[in-house]
Amino acid sequence: MRDRPETERKKQRNLKGEMPVIALEHVSKSYQAGISALRDVSLRIRKGEFVFIIGNSGSGKSTLLKLLLKEIEPTEGKIFVNGKILSRLHRRQVAKYRRGLGMVFQDFRLLKDRTVFENVAFAQRVIEAPAASIRRQVPAMLAMVGLTDKQKSFPRELSGGEQQRVALARALVNNPVILLADEPTGNLDPRNSWEIMELLEEVNRRGTTVVVVTHNQEIVDMMQKRVITLNKGILISDEQKGGYSYENQNLSL
Amino acid sequence: MKIKTFLYSFKEGLKSIYRNRLFSLASVGTITACLFLFGIFYFILSNFQYIIKTAETSVGITVFFEEGLAEEKKQELGTLISARPEVDRIHYLSPEETWQSYKEKHLKPELVETFGEDNPLENSDSYEVYLNDVSRQRTLVNYIKTLEGIRLVNSSDITASGLASFNSLVGYISAAILVILLAVSVFLISTTVAMGISVRKEEIAIMRLIGATDYFIRGPFIVEGILIGAVGALLPMGVLYLIYGRVTEAITSRFNTLANVLTFLDIHTVFARLLPLSIGIGIGIGLVGSYLTVRKHLHVV
Repeated sequence: MRDRPETERKKQRNLKGEMPVIALEHVSKSYQAGISALRDVSLRIRKGEFVFIIGNSGSGKSTLLKLLLKEIEPTEGKIFVNGKILSRLHRRQVAKYRRGLGMVFQDFRLLKDRTVFENVAFAQRVIEAPAASIRRQVPAMLAMVGLTDKQKSFPRELSGGEQQRVALARALVNNPVILLADEPTGNLDPRNSWEIMELLEEVNRRGTTVVVVTHNQEIVDMMQKRVITLNKGILISDEQKGGYSYENQNLSL
Repeated sequence: MKIKTFLYSFKEGLKSIYRNRLFSLASVGTITACLFLFGIFYFILSNFQYIIKTAETSVGITVFFEEGLAEEKKQELGTLISARPEVDRIHYLSPEETWQSYKEKHLKPELVETFGEDNPLENSDSYEVYLNDVSRQRTLVNYIKTLEGIRLVNSSDITASGLASFNSLVGYISAAILVILLAVSVFLISTTVAMGISVRKEEIAIMRLIGATDYFIRGPFIVEGILIGAVGALLPMGVLYLIYGRVTEAITSRFNTLANVLTFLDIHTVFARLLPLSIGIGIGIGLVGSYLTVRKHLHVV
């Protein structure tokens, strides 16, 4: 891991008391078969940042997301999210913790038997939001992702891009502090991919911390955001305005 | 839990029952069978208990005297019998009373007339002995038989002790059948709920990621189990309520010789205890079956 001046400065800011919204301290995760998915990874993501996490398959990206969601526990190290130490969360507190995170997946994961409106409202129902909040929040979210006229449609009647926008509305309807997107453009054509990325940027502008795990080289290169690269479970680079690789970074600047 | 969440669980539970209607039906069917049998056994047991109770206070021993026994001797016998601890009270029945009651019970009016003023039961005056503990009837009968001046002691020995042992037999059999049926019911509900969970696996995974609490995820399945249990309890109770009157009537008319022994409990008295008991068992089965399944299948965070 190379320490660049940028990250050095960031570290100092953190030392002054600015709490990162996500922090990993020497986190390792090995699975039972002795395969280590993450090795001694430390990173900090501040509130309001937009971060890409890239790497080949098997690089540990999925493990990292699962750790952040507290689906799995690290073998070593500490994880802080939203001011909480994840290892100290009781089983019963996990649900409440996850309400602070919005999740978007490559395969959208919408409920096929419910309308667009109900899919978004579902996230509100799950957290037992009052009916008034559902009536206010759901249309607002659908308007933001540009699907107001599709609210009565079912997922099968929508294009991939539209389905992902529903998923995004669902992820955001509970006002999460952090939005985690796992290959959000993996199943989309370039045009839809860009639409989703523009929405993510918009979400980020409104103050939500956005973490995007992706393979999409073009998008990463174009967006000029912070890029964390994982390789075989090791954090090999953390660039403030990065590209998909060091070579690409120089080209795109 | 908020009311809204409860309503949500209720709605989703109903949906789940509908989606798995075949299994739900099977579960309801088993519980219905289980509680139907339970109801029948309960009827039998509670009525036998009632009959024995009545027998203890109403069915007694009838003691007949040797022909031409003097009045003083009869009175003496009466005092001796009354002195026994198991005797509650005794009642002297004169030949006239005996004949009167026989006529009323067993003879057709036109036949009665043929007897005119004659009393064929002239020598059949008796003591009716009522016990305070029916199980000691045999002891008392044996004692009275040893007394001088006694021609005959009639007792409903078979009814009394027979009832008691039959009662416990019915109790054991019903308990055994119940245990088996309860186990089958729990198993079937568990399967039904497990099916519901597997159908909704994706939805549950999403709910978890969005931050649904355990009880929010489990609620619908628990409701599903409880509803199946409750319906499975109410169905047989309805049927039993409808047939109870007819069955007791049929039994009484078929065995009218035993009419004075066969006194059945009032339907409301039986159901006042049977209904809550059955609903409790039904809901209990549903709760246990679904809770165990939900715990097993939805444990992983």
